[in-house]
Amino acid sequence: MAGHDHDHDHQDEHGSELSETQLRVRALETILTEKGYIDPAALDAIIEAYETKIGPHNGARVVARAWTDPAFKKALLEDASQAVGTLGHVSRVGEHLVAVENTPQTHNMVVCTLCSCYPWDMLGLPPVWYKAAPYRSRAVKDPRGVLADFGVTLPADTTIRVWDSTAETRFLVLPMRPPGTEGWGPDRLAELVTRDSMIGTGLARMPGEVA
Amino acid sequence: MDGIHDMGGMDGFGRVRPEPNEPIFHEEWERRVMAMTRAMGATGAWSIDMARFSREQLPPPIYLVATYYQRWFLGMRQMLLDRGLIDADEVSAGRALRPGKPLTHGPFTMNDVARVLTRRKFSRPATTPARFQAGDRVRARNIHPPTHTRLPRYARGRAGVVERVQGCHVFPDTVATGRGENPQWLYTVVFEGRELWGADADPTIKISIEAFEPYLDPA
Repeated sequence: MAGHDHDHDHQDEHGSELSETQLRVRALETILTEKGYIDPAALDAIIEAYETKIGPHNGARVVARAWTDPAFKKALLEDASQAVGTLGHVSRVGEHLVAVENTPQTHNMVVCTLCSCYPWDMLGLPPVWYKAAPYRSRAVKDPRGVLADFGVTLPADTTIRVWDSTAETRFLVLPMRPPGTEGWGPDRLAELVTRDSMIGTGLARMPGEVA
Repeated sequence: MDGIHDMGGMDGFGRVRPEPNEPIFHEEWERRVMAMTRAMGATGAWSIDMARFSREQLPPPIYLVATYYQRWFLGMRQMLLDRGLIDADEVSAGRALRPGKPLTHGPFTMNDVARVLTRRKFSRPATTPARFQAGDRVRARNIHPPTHTRLPRYARGRAGVVERVQGCHVFPDTVATGRGENPQWLYTVVFEGRELWGADADPTIKISIEAFEPYLDPA
């Protein structure tokens, strides 16, 4: 995959080039397998976990619990890794997860300007836009402009706090609970918690937005 | 390094384009690249900071046009070549031409899958007291190491406030180049938007970075 293979926008990539990448990847996997470094079935298991088990539903459960359980919310904001670890049904979480709470005064937004750091165990694999240049370049300089790209407009006096994930700490935004959800249980509330609301590029859905 | 990867604050990349109902992977080979990279990392072939450094060293024109998993693939293949775990003639042949070499943690098997699905621990016991406390004013150093660093360009030379002390962690700057874990205190440092982007910046924005102690001086 030399430079001349990719001298145009990848969105216009030709099918023949994609298959060339596919062939190169397959060849490398063959080499690693033949050398005895990897078991391809173990790779399948990693992929299956990220496609079926580990995803934003994990984070949504955490948020819904925090909305309904003040003691859990307090513990979450103090030490998110430890607090999430007490929820047996959520996937195992590594250390140094930090939960940050949105309020009417402060909106939090998470980025990794240097690469793609993201709370995989809470949200799964990051979307393409999170890893791409437009978001990584602008989130720290023009977060309101970025929010506008997502159709989100916040009051002019709301402080926008951007967290650049430049180390191994990982950030989970605790969005504000939507009005009109009084008396809702955690399972129903979790349906309002979008992936983007936990990155900070969105807000939780309003009750009318879900069936 | 002052590389193309350090994108914070650059202009001209256009608007963010969220993809409705985005699939987890767009191509089958992306699945294999993600899993292979994680698996080979778990064999001890490299650390996460070494993997990041390998992608940062892609020539800027390639970095900019490659898709995310193409960067992973190119970085991984280069690390395998650099460590002698595969050879260039094998890449050309598309198959192994000689036996594998020993791996620090052995081959990656089904027994290792659970291990890569949980984040590794990067904190280490502190050997020195933390130099800064929450509330301290600090200034990010104006440093330009030619190798891996996690201090973004936009923060260098700027003054901010320590908000949290995050403990003592593996230091990416040394571990990425094989100079050891060299654990350092880590701090969340918050900067006013105007400190970073000038008087015309939005006065309501604050930006924090996670800064290792060697990145900081008292301000």
